[in-house]
Amino acid sequence: MDLTATTTIRRPASEVYAFWRDLENLPTFMAHLEQVRTTGDRTSHWAAAAPFGTDVEWDAEIIEETPGEKIAWRSTGDADVPNAGTVRFVPAPDGVSTEVHVVIVYDIPGGAVGKAVAKYFGEEPHQQLDDDLRRLKQVLETGEVVRSDGAPWGKRARKEFPQRPAQPLSDAELEKGADA
Amino acid sequence: MRANTWSGRNKVEVRDVPDPKILNNRDAIVRITSTAICGSDLHLVDGYVPTMQDGDILGHEFMGEVIEVGSGVPGEKLRVGDRVVVPFPIACGACAACAAELYSCCENTNPNAGIAEKMFGHPVAGIFGYSHLTGGFAGGQAQYARVPFADVGPLKIESDLTDEQVLFLSDILPTGYMGAEMCDIQSSDVVAVWGAGPVGQFAMDSARVLGAAKVIAIDKEPYRLQMAERAGHIPVNFDEVDVRSTLLELTGGRGPDKCIDAVGLEADHGSAHIAAYDRVKQAVRSETERPHALRQAIMSCRSGGVVSVIGVYGGLLDKFPAGAWMNRSLTLRTGQCHVQRYMKPLLERIERGEIDPTRIITHTLALDEAEQGFNLFKNKQDNCEKVVLKP
Repeated sequence: MDLTATTTIRRPASEVYAFWRDLENLPTFMAHLEQVRTTGDRTSHWAAAAPFGTDVEWDAEIIEETPGEKIAWRSTGDADVPNAGTVRFVPAPDGVSTEVHVVIVYDIPGGAVGKAVAKYFGEEPHQQLDDDLRRLKQVLETGEVVRSDGAPWGKRARKEFPQRPAQPLSDAELEKGADA
Repeated sequence: MRANTWSGRNKVEVRDVPDPKILNNRDAIVRITSTAICGSDLHLVDGYVPTMQDGDILGHEFMGEVIEVGSGVPGEKLRVGDRVVVPFPIACGACAACAAELYSCCENTNPNAGIAEKMFGHPVAGIFGYSHLTGGFAGGQAQYARVPFADVGPLKIESDLTDEQVLFLSDILPTGYMGAEMCDIQSSDVVAVWGAGPVGQFAMDSARVLGAAKVIAIDKEPYRLQMAERAGHIPVNFDEVDVRSTLLELTGGRGPDKCIDAVGLEADHGSAHIAAYDRVKQAVRSETERPHALRQAIMSCRSGGVVSVIGVYGGLLDKFPAGAWMNRSLTLRTGQCHVQRYMKPLLERIERGEIDPTRIITHTLALDEAEQGFNLFKNKQDNCEKVVLKP
């Protein structure tokens, strides 16, 4: 499965690149990632939540990189869901902003994990990646993921409808955190 | 706290709900001292704007006192104890739209951007109490409200102006003003305004302030037309006269130089068969609008004139007079108001006495009487023009 998405962020390319290159920042805007742990200069360990309590983990390596312009990576070893991706940072015509172009390729396997992953991505997997980039834009432009009373988890296609009512969270909901 | 909520089509209900809390670092919590019912609330309550849910707190015109600020709000911007008017669009102040002062198109404040994108092509800003399409933010017809990006939007009121003098800076006064500003008014201009509701009244006052030679008010409610006439505008009752011939008569056959649609998607009247067609299509949701006022504004405007649209539209309309628009060199301008852009300059105009926002208030009720306020306003009972609620 090939996913592409793009957004424009009103920050210089060097800054957007640096934020992404610190791979441990990725879970702050990629909703399905639980953790990315840097294990070497170009290697990392990724953990993602999948549905039905399934966890998906893999190792990844950066295979190509041009500072301020491009990062390409792929999963290594015996990944549950082999994947590879490229992100390009392109100065926008306004002279201020950066276009972020992402391509991610998933090799969705058969069996239970494959089914779970396919279902997880749902009918509109592009929307999921699109959401990730919207959150990246929010984090870099405003400092955090924007939350509303109806969507206290922030931008998330799978939870866009139905939502909780647009009224403040109770203390119990607030304790449960973003997924209340 | 107590809050006025949407509880189904044509039903509002004041309920007990949890108090708001800080969710983002740049939030503030405001204790509301005055809030209002807006004409666009009626589109929500009527069910014309989709994505409402049972329990959604309504209200996007409100002001009050800051009682808590998040760690990301700098003290020089806002402090506990400040008295503020809160603009209805929630804007981050950092994206390209905000940098261009297009605050109602903010790219970051709608957590439900995916829905808005499907409906509008690109998402729009989050709005308080205005459906999940615009973010699912709790509104301000309540005792307290959470205000995101509190360092960007709220306007501090540091003089002793009353709530009634400044409350409408949250929406309808800037909206009416933007409607007039988009007309690029010249001193010889005759400006016609469709709709003498609160926004229409402020569009008329603004057109006058910006130098229009003559301002015409078009409506069917005698009390609204009288209100406009008392403010010095020329009333035209579309129930009693033919609008087009009256406008031609008032302008020496030219048509108004600038036309403002302050009505939006629930317009009445029009030629009988087109109006019936719109109503039926809207009822079965194959058209979301009844664009009668917009059509009439385009057909009436003088060649080369400007049609400025501040009435709310939600989706798709048909029978749009594209031929008149194109062949007669009309300019069509529109937008949800970029309130943050206008608050300070309009506050100064209020302080100088150039605009009197209080002239449209006909009813002041307790928050618990919100349902009665909605009924008065919706059904135009008791000469109701504008309802202010006191939590």
